[in-house]
Amino acid sequence: MSPDARELKRLRLAKRIAREFPDGAVVNLGIGMPTMVAEHLPADRTILLHSENGFIGLGPKPEKGGEDPRLVNAGGQPVTVVPGACFFDSFTSFSIIRGGHVDYTVLGALEVDEQGNLANYMIPGKMVPGMGGAMDLVAGARNVIVAMEHVNKNGDPKILRKCTLPLTARAEVDLIVTDMAFIRVTKKGLVLEEIAEDTTVEDVVRNTGARLSLSGEIGRF
Amino acid sequence: MKPIMTAEKAVKNISDGATVMVGGFMACGNPFTLIDALIKKGSKKLTLITSDTGYPEVGVGRLICQDRVEKLIASHIGTNPVSGRKMNAGEMQVTLVPQGTLAERIRAKGAGLGGVLTPTGIGTEVENGKQKLTIEGRDYLLELPLGADFALIKAEICDRYGNCFLPKAAKNSAAVMAMAADHVIVEADNIVEPGDLDPEKVTIPGVFISTIVKAVLPASNLDVPK
Repeated sequence: MSPDARELKRLRLAKRIAREFPDGAVVNLGIGMPTMVAEHLPADRTILLHSENGFIGLGPKPEKGGEDPRLVNAGGQPVTVVPGACFFDSFTSFSIIRGGHVDYTVLGALEVDEQGNLANYMIPGKMVPGMGGAMDLVAGARNVIVAMEHVNKNGDPKILRKCTLPLTARAEVDLIVTDMAFIRVTKKGLVLEEIAEDTTVEDVVRNTGARLSLSGEIGRF
Repeated sequence: MKPIMTAEKAVKNISDGATVMVGGFMACGNPFTLIDALIKKGSKKLTLITSDTGYPEVGVGRLICQDRVEKLIASHIGTNPVSGRKMNAGEMQVTLVPQGTLAERIRAKGAGLGGVLTPTGIGTEVENGKQKLTIEGRDYLLELPLGADFALIKAEICDRYGNCFLPKAAKNSAAVMAMAADHVIVEADNIVEPGDLDPEKVTIPGVFISTIVKAVLPASNLDVPK
């Protein structure tokens, strides 16, 4: 896949996720692909972004020269805040998270499975960076959205019957949105609700390592 | 009034093997002056409790790179490759704790609580060896209090009673760490007389602070090579 084609798919994914948030939602976006969602929030709704290092009301990157060392996002990058933002310490920030006051969290994944289990923080022996705030976010946010590419670099499915990597949280994922599909995690398993405009249901099924049931009418995004 | 002294004198009693909390998140809010003084003092075999190990040559990350840490308790080490290398080589013992759990464990110590019950980590490796309780139908892990001999934090303004104002996103873990250490050293950009810091703007009450140091290094984490 060319870089442009990949970027286009990521863009489509970000736009689709951005449509999920109702007016007034408080949303935490993870590092990487989820961050793109911030650029596509619907203009007719007020969505406030939570940054777990200590504020609600995350704004865009500052102009060059306008960086403030006291104001960075959860990835350590300089940011701004929007009017109406508020700052707080880590204890308050994670009370907001665990207490169910964050409406949506959007995170990347290494693997996600039929039970809504998520693995996204380590590969034993290879990548052990620490979980940071991810475990708290997934356990605490009201809705957990996984945003990722449908298959890994080798073309293998990342949506599995059962995760093989150490879990970030058990049975907390509500929605999986990839470059190919929009899948809801239900008590009865995974339900395919929408597919990307350049794919087919068969293609999605072929690239998924878990059982998918189809919703009545498959939408497109 | 709390004693005001040089950074060199303030860190004098941080001996080899001490347990030290350092405030900050990805170098934002790290007390650069105190970290520099601690490195110059040469203390080794420290147990370091901090949110993350930041970057190799900036702030708290320097303690890792200069072999001052024997045990590390943190939530994230991924942005400082030296931390991972030392962990894999068995040169540093690393305990990774979810960020919210780390804050709560420190707060529990500072608040006189015997621990906290959190749903974070249920069903993951984090629950290994921990007591599990079911409250109103939901599973929780019992996480125990975490204290330290010293806490090093950074404030923008500190009055002579130790009342601190911490700006913007630089509050992060400092606010709970100040509660949970036997000796709390704050480095402040501005040290003012009582009454010159609006009581409404106090982030950390002076009652938690032991010693005040004037910051001499600027709080800049922006020159970090990415």
